Amino acid sequence: MTLGVIMLVHNAFERAEQMARHWTDAGCPVVIHVDSNVAAADYDRFAQALGGIATLRFSKRHRCEWGTWEMVAATQDAATLMLEDFANVSHVYLASGACLPLRPVAELCEYLDRHPDTDFIESATTADVPWTVGGLDRERFTLRFPFAWKRRRRIFDWFVRVQQFVRYKRSIPEGLVPHMGSQWWCLTRQTLDAILRDPNRDRYDRYFRQVWIPDESYYQTLTRLHARRVESRSLTLSKFDFQGKPHIFFDDHLELLQRSDCFVARKIWRHAEMLYHCFPRSADLERQHAEPRTGTVDRLFSHAVDRRTLGRPGLYMQSRFPNIESQNGFAAAPYAVLQGFDDIFPAFQFWLTKQTEAAVHGRLFAKDRAHFADDSTVYRGGISDNARLRDYNGAMFLTNLIWNARDLHHCFQFGPTDSQDIHRTLANDTNASIWVVSGAWSVPLFLSGRSAGEMRTEAARLQRIEAKFLKTLRSPNARARIHITTLSDFIEAPMETLQTIIDDIAGHKGNALAEVPKMADLTGLPDFLQDLKNQGMHPFLTGDITEQNARRPQGRPRPKPYVISRK
Amino acid sequence: MGILTSYRLRLQRRRWRLRAQRKARELTAVADRTGKIACDDILLFCTFRNEDVRLPYFLEYYRNLGINHFLMVDNGSEDGGQAFMKDQPDVSLWTTDAGYGDARYGMDWLTYLQGKHAHGHWALTVDVDEFFVYPFCDTRPLRGLADWLDASEVRSFGAMLVDMYPKGPVGQTSYERGADPFEVSNWFDPGNYIISRNPLLQNLWIQGGPRARTFFASKPKQAPALNKIPFVKWQRPYAYVSSTHMMLPRGLNLVYDQQGGEKASGVLLHAKFLNTFADRASHEAARAEHYRDGREYKSYADRHGADPDLWCQWSEKYINWRQLEVLGLMSKGNWA
Repeated sequence: MTLGVIMLVHNAFERAEQMARHWTDAGCPVVIHVDSNVAAADYDRFAQALGGIATLRFSKRHRCEWGTWEMVAATQDAATLMLEDFANVSHVYLASGACLPLRPVAELCEYLDRHPDTDFIESATTADVPWTVGGLDRERFTLRFPFAWKRRRRIFDWFVRVQQFVRYKRSIPEGLVPHMGSQWWCLTRQTLDAILRDPNRDRYDRYFRQVWIPDESYYQTLTRLHARRVESRSLTLSKFDFQGKPHIFFDDHLELLQRSDCFVARKIWRHAEMLYHCFPRSADLERQHAEPRTGTVDRLFSHAVDRRTLGRPGLYMQSRFPNIESQNGFAAAPYAVLQGFDDIFPAFQFWLTKQTEAAVHGRLFAKDRAHFADDSTVYRGGISDNARLRDYNGAMFLTNLIWNARDLHHCFQFGPTDSQDIHRTLANDTNASIWVVSGAWSVPLFLSGRSAGEMRTEAARLQRIEAKFLKTLRSPNARARIHITTLSDFIEAPMETLQTIIDDIAGHKGNALAEVPKMADLTGLPDFLQDLKNQGMHPFLTGDITEQNARRPQGRPRPKPYVISRK
Repeated sequence: MGILTSYRLRLQRRRWRLRAQRKARELTAVADRTGKIACDDILLFCTFRNEDVRLPYFLEYYRNLGINHFLMVDNGSEDGGQAFMKDQPDVSLWTTDAGYGDARYGMDWLTYLQGKHAHGHWALTVDVDEFFVYPFCDTRPLRGLADWLDASEVRSFGAMLVDMYPKGPVGQTSYERGADPFEVSNWFDPGNYIISRNPLLQNLWIQGGPRARTFFASKPKQAPALNKIPFVKWQRPYAYVSSTHMMLPRGLNLVYDQQGGEKASGVLLHAKFLNTFADRASHEAARAEHYRDGREYKSYADRHGADPDLWCQWSEKYINWRQLEVLGLMSKGNWA
């Protein structure tokens, strides 16, 4: 059998020349199409360089613009020329100047021999694949596209919208089922001949002339009419990014390409000297019959697409800065915000660290400085504890902190005495769990030993701040997991809340609480609160605290045989 | 974008470009080899002053990356820098004694040269102490990046400034002419950069790093900007607005993704903190030609005397671009 190669060339002529020589040296007739956009001088030089080769032809030049019919017209002419001039050609391979054969041509021919009467062309119905760019899938076959997408985007879009608005719909020629796929195919002589000599060709051509990107659908659709066996995959390894642009292979892809065992790869960077030096690899008896495997390549490039479209959650950097409002605005890992607990339990931070092994920070947003878990002045990533620097951009302070140590579960204490600019960020973060014991700010006021009269203003201020925070948390936009209890409810049954927190932070690693944090002595708190009331300052956030529940909870945990995790 | 804003920005761009034309009179060509520039050469634009010590390595580094031609402005050097540069075969050199501050910190001169020579070229605009690092820079030359950006139809490429510093007092390092500065000054802050968006020009404003942590902690607003857009497929109407921090037309500033994805980006390693730093800080503070009258330099000179130590226990030692990628300082985007 003989393989004929059609090469579409529009730049990098030295490489194209090299490839043309490679194909012809291996006994493959080559028909080259050079884009009409190429300057006459370049074309002449190129044509002259390849002049002496008997099995090489140049086909009629067309002006190929991406996504237009001319691309198909160019291949039609080239294919016709190929079939007419080289009667012995049994398969035709469509390649470009940036295609590089990875394996010896003999192996490719042998592979085709092993698959007789088979057309290798990726061809899928539009309903079943999400390949399309720009949201036009079915519509690319039912609307008209007289304007070039690349140069006249505005009028292209406008015309599409107009057609959609008037519900215009072209009829698809009878017998055709639109298929699409990679434009790089390898067809048998019979199939290609049947396509080119189809009695309905004029009708089909007229139809495809105004389909969008016909080079991805013309042969793909018509092959289905004529082929005896379609193997719906391309023999050319070619990957596309999320915008439909081909990925480029560089020297450092050498190993990847070697292991893929694909026959041809594109697009190769024109200066990838090493790739052009190493490929096509020499004949290798052991790998002579190897099947092409694209798994590793697929993974590499789909990772790249993921990175470009989804990015690393929680990372805010120079080339990823999602709007806080969009769904992506959140920290890198789950974290917990605890308001009021350190007021009620003096050694709460220490206790929680011991129970959960999480990174339990103190008051990260305290007015004096950020109190990190290790009480250092600089935390992971080089984050300073300086309050001014922190408050300059509190949201980024927090997202940086969590990104830098996203392997840890962070918790930090918060309260109305801290810097408050962070409210919205916390409430909107799906990764935040916020636990509030409302009114707990009254405990340190009470413990300070000063009279309600002296504390009245301060208490009113703290209550105002906390009420504002609670309002943010209760707004319908809040996306964090939020748990609010009043001080009176909390001290009724502190262990239940604490156990839930532990479970939430430590997950399955959390144990039933063995040790209970020591609560501050709240005896006399009700009187203090009553005094505040008498001063005219009603501490409504604390709930109703009586002498009884203030005294009770010196922490005997209720016996719990086991804890059922909520997850 | 409102028509008014659009028009205002257009006027502003015109103004910068006219100003550059005017300021171009201050330039005298010392060695003009721009005739040698081929049509797809990658160009580098740079202003320098008294940087003789750094120039040899600077040239070596960027020649290795694949810069084809250097267009340099010498702003009144008093050392051997000019003599050294004018003999380099791939350097075109201009000189001027005019004020650096009056020329928008050198940008006016470069804008003129860019308008004249860079049209249609990929142009890298850096300082002598900035070293461009981009994804795969160890295996793919700058031409590869440029070709990939062309294929992806991207016009501008962001690279944040990352301050590099030594472990121990800065003054105790010793930098030899021609040596790699990152052999002595090879630590950086991995994760304390703060970002906000500039609504008018749409660029990100990045601050942070060791300078914000030590010198500017109590006046963070004054901390130096670290966002840069150094690598641009230049067109005549383009202009940098403030150093290479932002550009007009402002679409070029969108080097970041707003939907959660990551665009490809690089880093400019900033070899500022070497033993040459202390002299320079006091010199430049007195000269007051730098941004905001060299307030930054004053801050170094006043508050920290000669010898700051920027190292902290969470500093990272620089290895390669992949490390910066993993840390999230730069990104491969969809380049694989």
